[in-house]
This record gives sequence, structure tokens and C-alpha cells, in this order.
Amino acid sequence: MIRHAHAILLGGLLVLLHAVAAAVPLPAASAPHPASTTDHSKIEALKGPFKTGPEVTQACLACHNQAAHQVMKSQHWTWDSINPATGKRVGKKISANNFCGSPISNEPRCTSCHAGYGWKDKDFDFTKQENVDCVACHDKTGSYKKIATDAGHPLYEPREMPKGSGKIVQPPDLAKIAQSVGKPGRENCGACHFNGGGGDAVKHGDLDSSLTKPSRDLDVHMAADGANMVCADCHTFNAHIPSGSRYAAQAKDTHGIDLPNDDHNRASCESCHGGTPHKQAQINLHTDKLACQTCHIPEYARGGLATKMWWDWSTAGKRGPDGKPLFIKDEHGHLSYSAEKGDFKYGENVRPEYKWYNGIVRQVAITDKIDDSKILELNAVEGSATDPNAKVWPFKVMRGKQPYDTVNKTLVVNHVYGNDDTSLWSNFDYEKSIKAGMDYAGLPYSGQYGFIETRMNWFITHMVAPKEKAVPCQQCHTRSEDGRLAAITDLYLPGRDRNIWIDTLGGLAIAGSIGGSLIHALFRILSRRRKGDEK
Amino acid sequence: MSAHRIYIYKRYERFWHWSQALLVIVMMITGFEIHGSYSLLGFEKAVRLHTTSAWVLLVLWAFTIFWQFTTGEWKQYLPSLRNVFAMVKYYSYGIFMNAPHPFKKTVEKKHNPLQRLAYLALLAFISPLVWGSGLLYLFYGQWASLGLKGLLELEWVANAHVAGAFMMTAFFFVHVYLTTTGHTLTAHIKAMITGWEEVDDHDLSAEKKS
Repeated sequence: MIRHAHAILLGGLLVLLHAVAAAVPLPAASAPHPASTTDHSKIEALKGPFKTGPEVTQACLACHNQAAHQVMKSQHWTWDSINPATGKRVGKKISANNFCGSPISNEPRCTSCHAGYGWKDKDFDFTKQENVDCVACHDKTGSYKKIATDAGHPLYEPREMPKGSGKIVQPPDLAKIAQSVGKPGRENCGACHFNGGGGDAVKHGDLDSSLTKPSRDLDVHMAADGANMVCADCHTFNAHIPSGSRYAAQAKDTHGIDLPNDDHNRASCESCHGGTPHKQAQINLHTDKLACQTCHIPEYARGGLATKMWWDWSTAGKRGPDGKPLFIKDEHGHLSYSAEKGDFKYGENVRPEYKWYNGIVRQVAITDKIDDSKILELNAVEGSATDPNAKVWPFKVMRGKQPYDTVNKTLVVNHVYGNDDTSLWSNFDYEKSIKAGMDYAGLPYSGQYGFIETRMNWFITHMVAPKEKAVPCQQCHTRSEDGRLAAITDLYLPGRDRNIWIDTLGGLAIAGSIGGSLIHALFRILSRRRKGDEK
Repeated sequence: MSAHRIYIYKRYERFWHWSQALLVIVMMITGFEIHGSYSLLGFEKAVRLHTTSAWVLLVLWAFTIFWQFTTGEWKQYLPSLRNVFAMVKYYSYGIFMNAPHPFKKTVEKKHNPLQRLAYLALLAFISPLVWGSGLLYLFYGQWASLGLKGLLELEWVANAHVAGAFMMTAFFFVHVYLTTTGHTLTAHIKAMITGWEEVDDHDLSAEKKS
């Protein structure tokens, strides 16, 4: 009987303990991944030797016979998709940007970040399975590198790089790589995504190589002493399709915490933290109108690497006194002028700009008619205070000037890269390079070009700081003109906004009550003194 | 001029008054910081302190309302227009002429007619304005479930709350100043602390005459 009672008590305790444990968020992925059921180094087909990347892929596909078909459906392969919110075709081939421009006519250089091999011109075969690059994402040796100019291929022979430097770079050992595959780590994703725009930290502002080994202050999720997560813990893949998009970033994740109803799309804070994760109700109120990132990423480019903030293509082509193309470095060693690319400005620890976003990005295509009478926003985001789907999001706003067709009023494909007479980087002549790019792309070009100032919004969503480093309340709730939300004027913000009539009349009432009292007191003192004199 | 002492403020009443005073002062200071008038504690701490004080004051009021009704003290707040003019005349003229106070403070009637009107205005107008808007402000997140979404704008609620706060603050300064108009400069304040107030004897004789 007593034993029975004990059992019930113990059972109750266990239930209680279980409930407590369930309430504590698990540090995701801090434990090593479970051991694979396959040791790839023991597979005969992976022993090589492999002469090329495609040969490695064929070996992979011998077992993973659906993998290439899956990858071929992903944006890592197509660079082309339809924005589900607007129905508009987007992707690197068609969407305008104000960094490098278009990959069209510049393929071998740009496609060094394509998840494939051999996209060297517009005739690339997107249906050939062995063109899929498996090891770019799955290499665990860290030695695999798609080189910058070979259309997605790694080195196969020793090569002097850069040319004339006398430095001979050895090709990677493809057999060793094929035998050391695993889940993608930070270095795999970072090889391309940290280097967007042509170099480390250039493009996103919140993605650079400092995230390979970040401190807890830089990224609370990826730090070894934080949650120690990797990119794919949030950017979950479903049949090789990654979650998360900047063309159609999710403005509001109403699905909330993924478990137990897992949609395996964890590229949102809410997927793990839920919609209202704060202890204080007043802080939770903010989640209705503010994206998590707005408070929890106080600045971007915090890892010691500068991101590009301004790129002016209009000044490209200058030569120095020696007649050679001019390159100027600033005091931090960054290129501030490049004859190939024009003027640059950089930023570190940059405070984001804040805008409403409701899930709709109006991405300009290079074929769209544009209004050249004002600054062109290449990917305007929609939303307002009254829009139930909108939240205030943080953005890096990239500014710059880029070439366009002044007659047809379209942006242009600029042929910058290539060992030929027309590319901008060999002869510094826009006349030729734009004509060559547009002809190659099969797009109409009037022959007249100018430069238009453009802006581009980049969602700031990485480099999440620890909670104690979140934006303090008074940086938004302030009358100061440089308050973080100074640009968000369509709602009442306590601490910033006031009714001038109420404040004026109220101020007068308080001044009146103090002043009136003081005057009254003065009269009392004077009259008492006179009374005293009379006595 | 001689004086005598009466026991006018009971222990609970004094406790209530001073804890309310402290809470109201804290809420004025933090409230105007939240409004953006100055920065002192930082917005977050100010909000937290303001909200906590509001809840404490609500609890205090719950006890006080109970106390007012069980002791019958609520009658002290019933207004009367009689002798209001005499009070106005005293504050604007008599007080400078060393004229006798037209109101005799007693245990049954501890507020002068002007005071009653002021407290009634506070209770009937400023309090509902501040509390109503304050609670709506606090429960902004529940507007949808309360069926208020679409009917109210945060801006209106905030403006009402700020307007109430200005009135409350103006009241506060006049209230503090008028504590100096007793038998002696500190007679009213001493009474609020000890419960015992010194009142003029001539008040007593004036009462007898009428």
C-alpha cells in the first residue's frame, strides 16, 4: 500500500519534472549530429581517382540517385524562380541589383558560386545531372574550393594565382573530399554567401566570414559558447530545397514554434521561439508590429569586416598618371576606387534602416521600364502600420549608381568580365561593354546610356545579438531626431509622439499652479511683514 | 491667538495618504519620462516602475474604498456649494489680511468646501480619465479580445492619459502649496503625519457665533 503510494508520488514528480523540462528551450544542435550510418571513406566508388568535379558527382549519384533531381529544382541551381507573393519572375538572371550587375555575359566569373559545374555561357545545360556540384555543400575537409573564374569548377591542375604572382596553387584532392562528405557546415554555405557581391562581407552586411567562428556578442546562435548552430539548422532543407528567401522573405511567421507541428521550415525566429517569447507582456506587445530582428540585431557588419554601402559605377575607367587603370585604397586598406568598378564606400557596425514589410517585395527586373526622374528603388518593400501582415524590419540599404539605357528606360546587362575586346574590365569602355552585354542577352538597347542612382533593401536577419545587447527601449521611444524609428511615422510611438496642444496647455497648467502658488506665497510674506511693521 | 489640537486623520488614512503620495510622485516622474519630456531612468525602467506603481495604487485604492465606506468617511467627499465663495475670498484676500479662516476643521468635516470641490473634481474627472486611459494603455495587447480594436486609437488613449497627467501634476503642486495655509505653515502636514492638527481657537468661536 505504502509502496503504491510512493509509486504514485514518484510518478507525479516525474510528470512535474517532465513539464518543467519541456518549458525550457533546448539549445538546438549544440550536441554533435548523430553518427551517420554510412562511412563514405569505405565506399569503393569514392576512392577515385577523380579528374573532375562532375566525375565525383557521378560517383555520388550512384547511391543518391534522387539528389541531383532535387538540387535541380532548387534556387541554388536554377537562379530563377517565381515570387509567390507577386507572381513575378525573379533570380540572378533577371532581377536587377546594384552590386556586380548581371551574370549574363559574365558567366565564368559569376557562376563560380553556382551549385554546378560549367555554366560558362548562356548555353549551359541545366538538365545534366553530373553538372550538379555535390561537394561544394557537402565537403567536410575544408579543402574544396570553386575558383573565382572557372564557371564553378575547382582547380584540376596546379595554377599560378594571381597571374604573375609566382604563387602556385595546388588542386584539391577530390578523392579525399568525396570520402569526407557530411552535412553542410558554415564554411560550405559561407564560401558563397559570405562572399556575395564579389568579396567577403561586401553584399549582405549581416553575412560575412566573421560568422565562421563568431563571438557570442556577434551571433548568439552560431557562437561556440552560444547555441553553436550552423546555417542549415534554421535554413532547413526539404529535398535539397532551402528555406528562407530574400525575394519573398516571410514577414510574419504565424505558424510559430515548429514542434510538434513541424513544417521543417525554420528560417524564422518564430520557428523556435514562438510569436511572443518574452517574459514581460509589454515587450511581447511589440511582436505585433516589430520583427524580432528589429530589436535583436542592433547593428550589422559587427564582426570586424566592412560591408559595402555605396557603389558608383559611373566613375569607373580612370587611369593613373602612368596610364594604368587606377586603384586607390583607403586608410583601412579597402578599395575606395577601382578603375574596374568605380567608387566605393564602406560601413562597419552600421545601424539598420527600418521599413514596414508585409511579405511583398517589388523587385525590378532588368527588362522593366523604369522612371529615371528620381532615385530608383530596385526592390521596394511594401507595408504600413495599418497592414495586418506588416512588421517593421531592419534593412541594409545599398546605394549606388549604375548604367541604364536612357532612351529605352531600362537597366542594362553590362559585360564586365572576359578576355575580349568588349568587356569593361579589359578596355574600360561602357559603349562597348553595355552593347556587348545587351546583344548577348538578346535585349533591346538604344546605344545611349547614362547612370541612375539606385537603392536596394537587404533584410538584416543574421548576427543576432544576445538578449542583453538588444536595442534599448529609448533608442526608439525618444523625441530625438535620430531615433531608430524616426522614419516610421504612421503610428503613435509613446515617448516620441505627442500632441502639441496637450503638451502646451498642460505645461501652462503646471507652470500656472507652481507660479500661482509662488506669487500667492510672496503676497503672504509681504503682507505678514507689513502687519509686523504696523505692530 | 491660541490653538488647540484635534485628532483628525486616523492611522489608516495617514498610511493611505502617504503611500498614495509616494506612488503618485513616482508615477509623475516616470510618466513624464515615458512621455519623452526628459530622460532619467531610461524608458524601460520608467515603464516598469510606472506600471508597478499603478498596480500597487490600485490595490491600495481597493482597501481605501472599502475603508471609506465601512467608516462612513466617504461623506467627506460630498460637495457643498455653501461657503465656497467664503473660501475663495479667504484665499484671495483674507489670508493676506490675517483674517480668520472661514472654515472650522472638525473630525466630521475635515475638508473645507473648496477642498471638497477640488477632491470631487479629482475623483469624478481626473481619476477616471487617468485610470481609464491608463488601463486601456496597459491592456493595449488585449484590445482585440476586448472588442475594442478598430474603435480606439492608441494615440487618443495616450493623449487622454497625458492630459490627465498634466491635470494631476498641476493639482499636486497646488495641493502641496495649500498645505502651508493652516494654523501654522506646517500645521496641515504635521496633522497628516501625526493625525493631530492644531486649529485656531477663534475658529471655534466663529463656529459658535454662526
